[in-house]
Order: sequence, then structure tokens, then C-alpha cells
Amino acid sequence: MLEVKELTVNYGSCTVVDRMSFHVSEGQWLMIVGPNGAGKSTVLSAVTQGVAYTGTVSLLGQDVKRISAAQRAREVGVLAQNHFVGYEFTVEEVVRLGRYAYSSKLFSGRKDEDEQAVEKALELTGMEALRDQSVLKLSGGELQRTFLAQVFAQNPKLLLLDEPTNHLDLVYQKQVFELIAQWVKQPGRAVVSVVHDLSLAKAFGSDALLMSRGGLVAEGSVDEVLRPEHLDPVYDMDVCAWMREMLSQWDDKEKEMAICQIPE
Amino acid sequence: MRKHPEHFRPIEYIIFSLATLAVMCLCVCVGSVSIPLSETVRVIWGALSGQAQTSGLTNSIILSVRLPRVFCVALSGSALSLAGAAMQGLLKNPLADGSTLGVSSGASLGAVLAIAFGVTIPGLPFSGTMFMAILFAFLSLLVILGLAYKLDYSLSTNTIILIGVIYSMFMSSLMSIVITFASDKIQSITFWTMGSLQNSSYKNAAILLAAFLLCGGMLFFHARELNAFAVGEDNARHVGVDVRRTKLTVLIMVSILIGVCVSVGGTISFVGLVTPHMVRMIVGPNHRRLLPASAFGGAVFLLLADLAARILLNPRELPIGVVTSLVGAVVFVFIFYQTRKG
Repeated sequence: MLEVKELTVNYGSCTVVDRMSFHVSEGQWLMIVGPNGAGKSTVLSAVTQGVAYTGTVSLLGQDVKRISAAQRAREVGVLAQNHFVGYEFTVEEVVRLGRYAYSSKLFSGRKDEDEQAVEKALELTGMEALRDQSVLKLSGGELQRTFLAQVFAQNPKLLLLDEPTNHLDLVYQKQVFELIAQWVKQPGRAVVSVVHDLSLAKAFGSDALLMSRGGLVAEGSVDEVLRPEHLDPVYDMDVCAWMREMLSQWDDKEKEMAICQIPE
Repeated sequence: MRKHPEHFRPIEYIIFSLATLAVMCLCVCVGSVSIPLSETVRVIWGALSGQAQTSGLTNSIILSVRLPRVFCVALSGSALSLAGAAMQGLLKNPLADGSTLGVSSGASLGAVLAIAFGVTIPGLPFSGTMFMAILFAFLSLLVILGLAYKLDYSLSTNTIILIGVIYSMFMSSLMSIVITFASDKIQSITFWTMGSLQNSSYKNAAILLAAFLLCGGMLFFHARELNAFAVGEDNARHVGVDVRRTKLTVLIMVSILIGVCVSVGGTISFVGLVTPHMVRMIVGPNHRRLLPASAFGGAVFLLLADLAARILLNPRELPIGVVTSLVGAVVFVFIFYQTRKG
């Protein structure tokens, strides 16, 4: 579905991504992990033509540089981590923009398939009740679900997520990831997401790609990549020990809670 | 939140057109010499049906002075307001406008250079000033946005306004240098810096109409793309907008509109800033509604400003740019205060 070969991105004299190659097949959920500044988000930007690069990025066998912006949008949807909307658009207006790539005529009337896609996206994300609400008055989680609905309305085959739950509380994190897990189960779809939370990567990803300083360190299934021998040198710490220590906090707390709740 | 329809409906076109027409009639009737509406209608009808009286003071005032002026004022207002609304959408910045960005100052410098050094295009004596104004408006936009991108990729309001202010000051000092070298043309040059549509002609109105139809039409054609930009440039690219082509097209259209307006009426500030703001409160941010409503709103705003310029210190006349700046600044502060207050 997506094939990246020898991808290199330079910002001035600084090489941000260095000769990266990987591919994504149907049904895969590829988690791109790595420390800050590893070049993870830049890889996604290259796929959507947001940065200049050398190498090739092919989508369903076609070089993305050679396809139109509208065709690219029909194949690839992007969910960013931050959204700063300029004006008081309603939730429905923002979601409806997801159908831009499917309309060809000026002031063309609403098509049934556009209507259905928008309604379905609003329903899937639970934003129906807020459809007439200004996006400037939404909470962070509602805003993220609005843009997720826009991506769903876009009906792409490949979904790119750039730290989609970075600023969301646990409830919304769970909601967004479960929605995407349902979405990728449909045939002909795949997801590539940049995440910092390695537990989320392990829980939801099928494959992983570990990056460091613009380069590829390891790739393969999530279980193969997220191993101490790969993670520890990249993060310069004992990652598994840290994760276990964090989780053990919950074990202790649960025990304490259990003791407190013992009936007399 | 109030739900707005997606398009500007035919009934809204009719209401806005009638309101604009009513203000146009008012501007033709009122002035240093007041003319009754019935007399105005009779004279205009006579001219349209080919039975115009060639003599008579009233005829001359209406057909030779006020009517061409009202056409030019309405079209300039529409064009400037449309340019402002398009820029505010494209840059996702409610303070973007030809005057705040310094584009109008750049266009004025182009016009002033053309006047001072007699730049003309062979066969088109009037077009030298216009060509230079459009060219300098476009170059100014490129310089300002280029500088802003270099300093601040997100093109934040503060950066844009700061660069616009600095650029306007730079243009003003260049104009002062030009004036020093062309002191014999100081009177004509002053005209550009203050803005006036006093000497408007039907030819000017025809040029403004052509620019409005061409560039305004192109901007209407890009209303959905402007909606996507108003949500965010990255989002526009993600939903399938050809970001580079749209940006270039909109910037060229905006430059032509501002350049033509400046070449006809000099620098008229605040129309493109205040009108879209006020109109957005009524019709919402969707550019399919905002652009046509801004065009009507801009015409009404500038017509009323011109009327005030003519009658406030009668028999003296204020430059229209002074009136729009005075009114615009006050209205803008009011809107800004209301918005912040919530």
C-alpha cells in the first residue's frame, strides 16, 4: 500500500531523516516510535508532501509526487496532534471539508454519498449531537474527534496519525484508539502512527519501526522491535524496567485499596 | 450556535442588492446640492432611455459627477472588502488586510513611481500607474509573506502585523525620497497617499468592474479552498487542496484588486479589515457566504464613508481614506473588545 525508499529530508544543512526505507501493507497498523527529534513526524509529512525530500514515496504503486492533491487525499487521511482553527466553523462544516477531494464542480450540490459519509463519520465519532457547535468552543478531546470524523468522511485507504492522543485525557485516548482499531479492521485499510507511549504501540500496533536521529534502528512486528536490545540504546535507559516500575505503582495502589475496602 | 446555510441564498442576494442600491441612491441624492429622489430617478432613467437632457445643473451633477463617483466608490469598496476577506481566510488571520500587511503602501509606491517618472505603457496611457500599482502590490505581498515565513512559519498575527507596519514605514520613506526628486508632481502624489475618489470617471468604474468581475469571480471560485485554509493550511493540504496553486492564485487576484483600487482611488485603509469582520458576525465564516456578503458590505461601508467625506465639512471635502481610517479604527476596536469579552 505504502512504499518508502531511501527517504531523506534535510532542513538546511541538518539531515532530519536519513535514507529511510519501509513499507506498509493492507491490514497493518505500523507504529513509528523513537525519542524526540528522531524524525518520526517528518516521515509522515513527506508522505503528504508537506516537506521537500529525496527518495521515493509510492502509494498503491504510484509516486505521490505525480498524483494530484485531491487523489492523494482520497488515498491518505491525516490526523495531526494539534488543531488551531481560525474561525467559528461548526463541527459539521469541518467534517464536511473531508469530502473536498470528492467534489469536482464549483458550488456543486450536496451528493448523497457525501451526505452519507459525513453522517456516518459524525455517528462513528459520537459528534452528532455537537454538529452545530462552534469548533472554538469544543474541548481538546471533542476537537480531536471532530478532525477524526473529517478523516473518516474522507474515506481514505491509509490513515496517518501524528501523536493523535498527545494532549487527550485517558477517556479520549481510549476512545480514539478503539475507533481507529475498528476502522483498520475493514478490508483495504492500513494505519501508520507516530506515538510516544510504547504501551499504546504494543497494545494496538501490528508492526513497529524504531527511529533514532533520522535513521531506522529496527523494524518488524511490534514484539520484535519493542525489545530491550533495541529500545535501551536508543532511549539511553532501561525502558522495560521503567515501564514495570510505573505499572507496579498500580499494583501497590490496588493492594492498598483492597486492604482499605476489606469489610470488618 | 446559529446554523448558517451553506450558500448565499437568492433571497439574501436580493436583500443585500436592494440595501446597496438604496445606499447608492442616497449617495447620488445627498451632497453639497441636495437633489430629490424623484428628480434623480428621472435623470438616470432619461439617460438610460437615451432621452437625457444635455444641459442643466442637476443633469451634470448626477450624470457627470455623482454617478461615476458612486460607481467607483461601490466597486472599490467591494473589491477591497473581497480582497480582505480572501486574505483573512488564506492566512487564517483575522487582522490580515491590504493596509495592515503593507500591500496598499507597496501599491501606492508603484503608482507614485509611475507618476513621478512618467511610466507608461505604449498605447495605454492610463495603464502605467495601474500596472505599477498591481506589480508593486504583488511584489509587496511576496516580500511580506516571505519575511514572515522566514521569521515565523506559523504566520502568527503578531509577526504579520509587525512586518506589515515595518514594511509600510519603509514604503512611506521610499515615497518621501521619490517626492524629494519629483517636487513638481507633489500634488498628484499626495492624492495617492490620502485616497480620494473625487475625480472618478465612467472609465475608472469600467476598469474597476472588469477587475472585480475577473478577480472577484476567481476568488468566489476558490471559496471552498479558502474555507480549508481558514481551518488551517496543513488541514487544507490533507483534505486535498492544491495548496501552492491556490495560494498563488488568491495572492495574484488580491494584488490585482488592491492595485487597481489604489491606482483609481489611492490608499483607502480599513475597508478590507473591518467589513469582513462585521459581515462574518452576520453570515458566519463560510467563504461561500462570506465573500458575496463582504462584497456588498464593502460597497455599503465605503459609500457611507464617501458620503460622510463629502458632507461633514461641506463645502470642504475630506479625503475618503481619512474617513475610513477614523471610522474603521473605532469600529475595529469595538469589535475586538466585544470578541474578547466573549
